[in-house]
Amino acid sequence: MAPLEIDIRGRAGSFEIAVRFAAGPGVTALFGRSGAGKSTILKMIAGTAHLDKGRIAAGTRVFFDSEAGINLPPRARGIGFVFQEGRLFPHLSVRRNLTYARWAGRRAGSRRLDEVVELLGLDAHLDRYPRTLSGGERQRVAIGRALLADPQILLMDEPLSSLDRERRAEILPYLEAVANETRIPVLYVSHDTDEVARLADRVVAIENGRVRAIGSAAEILGHPSNADEEGFTILEGRVIAVDANYGTAAVQIGDGSIELSAVNLVPGNSVRLRIDAADVAIATLPQEGLSIRNQLRCEVIAVERKGNSTEVALTFGDERLLARITAKSADELQLATGMNVVALIKAVSVERARLLS
Amino acid sequence: MSGAEIEILLLSAKVALAAMAFSIVPAFAVAWLLARGRFAGRALLQAVVSLPLVLPPVVTGYGLLILFGSQGPLGRFLESLFGISFAFRWTGAALAAGVMAFPLLVRPIRLSLEAIDRGLEEAASTLGAWSPVVFLTVTLPLALPGVLAGVVLGFAKALGEFGATITFVSNIPGETQTLSLAIYALMQSPEGDAAALRLIALSIVLALGAVLASEWAARRLQRRV
Repeated sequence: MAPLEIDIRGRAGSFEIAVRFAAGPGVTALFGRSGAGKSTILKMIAGTAHLDKGRIAAGTRVFFDSEAGINLPPRARGIGFVFQEGRLFPHLSVRRNLTYARWAGRRAGSRRLDEVVELLGLDAHLDRYPRTLSGGERQRVAIGRALLADPQILLMDEPLSSLDRERRAEILPYLEAVANETRIPVLYVSHDTDEVARLADRVVAIENGRVRAIGSAAEILGHPSNADEEGFTILEGRVIAVDANYGTAAVQIGDGSIELSAVNLVPGNSVRLRIDAADVAIATLPQEGLSIRNQLRCEVIAVERKGNSTEVALTFGDERLLARITAKSADELQLATGMNVVALIKAVSVERARLLS
Repeated sequence: MSGAEIEILLLSAKVALAAMAFSIVPAFAVAWLLARGRFAGRALLQAVVSLPLVLPPVVTGYGLLILFGSQGPLGRFLESLFGISFAFRWTGAALAAGVMAFPLLVRPIRLSLEAIDRGLEEAASTLGAWSPVVFLTVTLPLALPGVLAGVVLGFAKALGEFGATITFVSNIPGETQTLSLAIYALMQSPEGDAAALRLIALSIVLALGAVLASEWAARRLQRRV
């Protein structure tokens, strides 16, 4: 499938949108603060928001080209759109909602209804009406409805933002299943670092209607300006060993390895790890007699004081790691750029961000 | 019920049903323009549509007589083209009833169209549906409660229309004498009181039945939405 190429200019309220990026198969996250223009960009791609200039095309299929005077209506763009608020048709049953693209949109599908129903766990709800569904169920129907439109491109506009934390946790595995299973470009708008870390293969960071950076989830989310109060690092690596007795696994990252407590990991698989900056301690020398399982030899590349705490950027091999310690410790250790230190990470505090198959 | 009373009832029903059948589509179109249209004369259209509600019915009836009477421009045009004449015919009573009921039909439809989340139509279009299909599968079903409310209100109004009807097509038994006109005629004669009361009771039963039926239908529609 040809990647979707986007090069657009237009207005969204008070500011200008001017972005250029490509989205191949897999999940590309449009990531940025609320009001950065992410949703407007998605609507422009879908054809439901006006744009002034540019070109949107997937291979030879051109959706929009201001120079050639092409502007396909939304129905002809072969997209599936999952809206923030679901937008299920209230007068139609779940089954009729799911199959809307078939009977009203005349889209012939390669996917079968029962496959999608199974993927999203909707078998028990087919004859219900949207009003009687929970928020999480509604969003699952919305995702299924978009999948059954036989999309060549799937657009998701903060599909989890209308849900509370528990509902989100309920839906994320379904989204992961969709992301892993689908071979089409998926554009996923979100301002939530957790969601992006778990789902995205690539991240396009949007700021004030412009592309600020494009890169892997690790590159973009690890960027210090994205670290909120609770800074963290995303590391990508491969599982090299599993100890079923203790429920731990070792993951090779660059030249080093990190041990974490995790079940269901398979040696050889890629994983993404998330390490909160506050879980990383720093020692000037290797330590003995400690319960902490991970000791990584690092070099300090930046020290930045933020109030009473200090953020320390570290490297080991080509990898980066962010630590957050008290300003007092940082001063007592006399941390400075270029120093060699040991980063200490408890195995239980390493979270798995997402398993890549 | 006597034969004459049944005749009056059937005539009234025929007039009111014909009035609804011919005004529902234009009423929906006008409601659509008022709810969705962005054009210069929108406020004027709104005012013109509401006119029968605020004008004295006699004025509306006289206006119809001038326009649709046998000598009126529209009356002559329709007569020569389709052979439809309105003057002193039941069709004229239906026209008068339809015009008088029109604003009552438009208002609930307009409100229900305005209440529809446009995002649902947008969603339908991203799912591949082109606009006529979006209208039939999303807009129209969601506007249905409003259409139903309008038709019931309009039907009740058409059934009881008096002023415009008597001005336009007079009070001819068997042709234009609907329920209200018959009650009025009976009250004019010294021994008509008992018969008038019977028709009054009948019209109360009819009105009550119509309102209850619409409530029931509206609840059935609403249950899903």
